[in-house]
Amino acid sequence: MVQMIDVYKAYDNGTKALKGISFELDDGEFAFLVGPSGSGKSTIIKLLTGEIAATEGRVVVNGFDLGQMKMRKMPRMRRTLGVVFQDFRLIEKKTVYENVAFAMRAVGASNREIRKRVPYVLELVGLNVDPKRKPQELSGGEQQRVAIARALVNNPSMIIADEPTGNLDPARSLEIILLLQKINELGTTVLIVTHEKDLVDQFSKRVIAIDQGRLISDGTGGYYTYENIQ
Amino acid sequence: MRIFSRIGYYIKEGVSSIFTHGFMSFASICVIVACLLIMGSFTLLALNVQRIIGTFEDENIILAFVDDSLDDAQARDLQSKLQAVEHVERAEFISRDEAMESLTSTYDKEYFDNLDSTVLAHRYAVYLDDIAYASQVQNAVKDIPGIARVNANLHIARGFITVRNIVASVSLVLIVVLFVISLFIMSNTIKLATFERREEIAIMRMVGATSHFIRTPFVLEGFILGIVGALVAYLAQWGLYELVTEKLIARFSSTFISTLPFSEVNIPLLVVFGVIGFIVGVGGSSLAIKNYLKV
Repeated sequence: MVQMIDVYKAYDNGTKALKGISFELDDGEFAFLVGPSGSGKSTIIKLLTGEIAATEGRVVVNGFDLGQMKMRKMPRMRRTLGVVFQDFRLIEKKTVYENVAFAMRAVGASNREIRKRVPYVLELVGLNVDPKRKPQELSGGEQQRVAIARALVNNPSMIIADEPTGNLDPARSLEIILLLQKINELGTTVLIVTHEKDLVDQFSKRVIAIDQGRLISDGTGGYYTYENIQ
Repeated sequence: MRIFSRIGYYIKEGVSSIFTHGFMSFASICVIVACLLIMGSFTLLALNVQRIIGTFEDENIILAFVDDSLDDAQARDLQSKLQAVEHVERAEFISRDEAMESLTSTYDKEYFDNLDSTVLAHRYAVYLDDIAYASQVQNAVKDIPGIARVNANLHIARGFITVRNIVASVSLVLIVVLFVISLFIMSNTIKLATFERREEIAIMRMVGATSHFIRTPFVLEGFILGIVGALVAYLAQWGLYELVTEKLIARFSSTFISTLPFSEVNIPLLVVFGVIGFIVGVGGSSLAIKNYLKV
């Protein structure tokens, strides 16, 4: 579960990225966080993953109150999250299998657990390639599936996908969102950050829209902008 | 089982990273070898200077030559008078024959083939209890009837002692400075290697890896580089030292120069190199990774 309560974020250079954002995301929910470039979407992701701290307000992620939490507990909080990025962020020198196994190793899984879990997750995300191949030998869609497998492998409560379709064509984009929807149906909370209106509008899901650091709409079924509201 | 999996991972990552980032690893080892070689060379120089000075200090004697008009018995009688002089530890009588024997054993015999020991005077080797009273003793000995002349080259020994102190001080300063430089360069070299892998570290952090988990392979890598660097430096130092001392011995074989055998310092040098390699490798990598673990 995610709670953002009256959150403000000002960067050291004076930029006010968030101006009193509040929303909640329940366990098992599927939501899009939308908004134009510079609206504050990335800042929200960074706040949720603990990369930065809020200037004001309260951020709670899966029971961890990030403002009150000690830094040494950060890894434990992050293990409840799976993060997927636009540029996949796979380690080039590692194989597909190693990229996914690496996330399990980082949380202290044994070799036996890794051998059992990794093939299962690769199959779950529908990756039909040789796991010994390197990421750069795969297509964009396949690379994003590897990234999703890595995010899923530690069985997180929630997946945060930051522009996961930004580098993909429309057909592959749809496949990725459908995959994330399937993962959500298995019980994982999913928050997808995007600015692709057409894609969002194909799903009848909750859409949290922000612009200029403020929440402008929060409802089901469509991508809203200031223009829509006005 | 988990702990074995983890240890295996640390070792595999630490070792494979050395080869994956081959150039940076090579650069790190070269930096350590260069710094240790310079440090080691100055240390060995200081030790050798100390040894040479030590020889001079041991031979810190005043030679008192007996008047040729005195016969053997009269010459030997002077011993009690000499030993009565304040700050004289002891006075050893050296006959003409003993002096000639000493000369022929020290230098090439052929120089003395046509010489008889009568060309030399009986003499006393006067040992002092404190070098500071050298000139006082010298004057007192000179005044003893039957002593023809006194030979004391104490100013040479004093000069060497000054040289030893300067070399020791300069070496100490250089060792400390080079140690700090090695640590700094090693830290920066590993920082560059770490910079190349910042994405990997960011991913590790994102999936919930602890700082300890992220840091350990880097520190292990630094440790291996430090120890390998120390071993290479040790072998290079050994070879270099043998080469230089061989040339010195060949050139100064008939003089007072005798160098310290490497076998006398090999173990302490290996230990010191190992410890410095360890500190520079582990310390440098720990410093380098520190900045990436803040968030």
